[in-house]
Amino acid sequence: MVLQSGTKRILKLTPDGLEQILDVLHKIGFETIGPTLGNDAIVYETIGSIDDLPQGWTDKQEPAAYRIIKRNDQAYFGFNAAPQSWKRFLYPPDRTLFRIRRKGKGLEFMEQEENTAELALIGVRPCELEAITIQERVFTSSEQRDDSYLAVRKKLFIIAVNCTSSGGNCFCASMNTGPHAKENFDLALTEVVNANEHFFIVEIGSETGLSVIHDVESAEPTEDEVETAAGLVRQAESQIRKLDLDTTPKLLSANLEHPEWDEVSKRCLACGNCTMVCPTCFCSTVEDTTDLSGKLAERRRRWDSCFTLDFAKVAGGNFRTSPRSRYRQWLTHKLSSWVDQFGKSGCVGCGRCITWCPVGIDITAEVQKITGT
Amino acid sequence: MSETFVDTGTETGTAMVPSFATIRKITWETDDTFTLIIDAPQVNGLPFSFKPGQFNMVYAFGTGESAISISSDPFKKSVIAHTIHRVGTVTSHLSRLKRGDMIGIRGPFGSAWPLDKAAGKDVCIVTGGIGIAPLRPTIYSLLRKRSEYGRIIILYGARSPLDLLYRVELEEWSKMPDVEVIVAVDRGDSSWKGHIGVVTNLFSYIKLDPRASIAMVCGPEVMMKFTIEELQRRGFAQSQIHVSLERNMKCGIGLCGHCQLGPKFICKDGPVFALPDVQYLLERKEL
Repeated sequence: MVLQSGTKRILKLTPDGLEQILDVLHKIGFETIGPTLGNDAIVYETIGSIDDLPQGWTDKQEPAAYRIIKRNDQAYFGFNAAPQSWKRFLYPPDRTLFRIRRKGKGLEFMEQEENTAELALIGVRPCELEAITIQERVFTSSEQRDDSYLAVRKKLFIIAVNCTSSGGNCFCASMNTGPHAKENFDLALTEVVNANEHFFIVEIGSETGLSVIHDVESAEPTEDEVETAAGLVRQAESQIRKLDLDTTPKLLSANLEHPEWDEVSKRCLACGNCTMVCPTCFCSTVEDTTDLSGKLAERRRRWDSCFTLDFAKVAGGNFRTSPRSRYRQWLTHKLSSWVDQFGKSGCVGCGRCITWCPVGIDITAEVQKITGT
Repeated sequence: MSETFVDTGTETGTAMVPSFATIRKITWETDDTFTLIIDAPQVNGLPFSFKPGQFNMVYAFGTGESAISISSDPFKKSVIAHTIHRVGTVTSHLSRLKRGDMIGIRGPFGSAWPLDKAAGKDVCIVTGGIGIAPLRPTIYSLLRKRSEYGRIIILYGARSPLDLLYRVELEEWSKMPDVEVIVAVDRGDSSWKGHIGVVTNLFSYIKLDPRASIAMVCGPEVMMKFTIEELQRRGFAQSQIHVSLERNMKCGIGLCGHCQLGPKFICKDGPVFALPDVQYLLERKEL
């Protein structure tokens, strides 16, 4: 959305100001969803106030390892990618597509009443923001669209939070998706917390963002404050892991028989964890059932994974039986053929697939081995 | 997300929701393969219309869907035919239905055989097994505008004489001028006087002018592999060869991810491809 000229793009907000924003959103009718503490992890759930945020907590992520630990400050957003992304709010893991009733010899379609909640997502990381944009392209770019995705997406209010530190498995900087959110948000926060002060620098990204923050107590930040926030975000750019965005797609498709595919498939359990936590993986399957009377049938769509054995199965055989072929499908689709299909990489560098791989397979290391970069 | 459903009384669907169609006739072609002829429903409120090579997702109430090519004449708008091999739960359910029962269809989806590219050329159709089904609408179309095309050569392979589909039609087509139909079976029986062996053997019985021909190939992938090799041996350029591919499909519209072959979604980029678009992908095992 285009901002009116003369609009102040950057504001300073106290934590109380953030609370006021939530109040405004509630008054408009938004359901606010943000990070909370649950099951020893950061979990995106409905929040009522900033008291529900995991204040003072951070996470430690390594290949196949995730722990939450206490911070020595009271930051509200002092952690990195949560186990589950925002994917499930736009593209539910299990959704009824339709119900059909048997009527005499005939069949009759029962329409689902669209009752899309208006969601405000609080604390979307830049990489996650890009993931939402990528999925939007997947579901809406071809002739036949999934309108249910767009229905939720259109109504979203997004408060992005720039990262001021990087997690152990992050590589957004090399994927050009973070740590600073550039677009597609309504408001973007950078949290500054130190011994003396605790505030947010707010960038306004849309008219809706502007109207929401309009009556909230805010101040004009000093140049020093803006620079302090920007400096913290720059810090987060230093990341151990990286991928070469330019060369990877071609080099992967040119190395489909590389011996590393065999090596990695000895470690890969084909469990599909990576696809479940990936914020862009979109594969689904459907299940058709009837009720006990046999008169009412429904179709449910569920997340599926290209790692499942029957993913590429047809009546006459199975196109991908070996774990090698299934790992190769996942990696080459994500990083190479995705570019052919949708014009951009399917990876945002959030590192979830590294954290949640039970055997700690590191996508960036595998790419380096296969492409020789 | 709350899930509320209301009665609509409607029978016309969309790309994601089936349209309902009444079965007008069921013909058993072989022991395990049958043709469902259904009244063409409306889709998105519009009359059903398809191009040869396209498919429908065919829904058996409560059991599920299968991607099935359309095997009827595209000029006959009132009915749609699907020739179906009974192999899984959905196709078994469909095989038990009777005249007057209703099924659902979503479609038509996918790409079509290049009839425009075939204009003025000899058309060489090579099929195996149920692969003849998606080519039948093409044959109807070629015959309907007979003068626009050169010779029509149909090479067809099946497991046994009893597994041959559309036998009566094959017989009729073979009697038409400039139409050659040659059939081979893997195993003959006492009454079989035709060819025995793989379909690629039949190339030795025909004369092809590769410069003025186009080939359309559909069958098991191994059969297509050898057919492509044979065609190329006989001077066909890759761009003159077209194939129809099969993969697992759940949505039919490029959203579920199942049918991918490299960068291609077989459901929306295919199922019919010009060979140069997929040859490099088909050469890879388990891609």
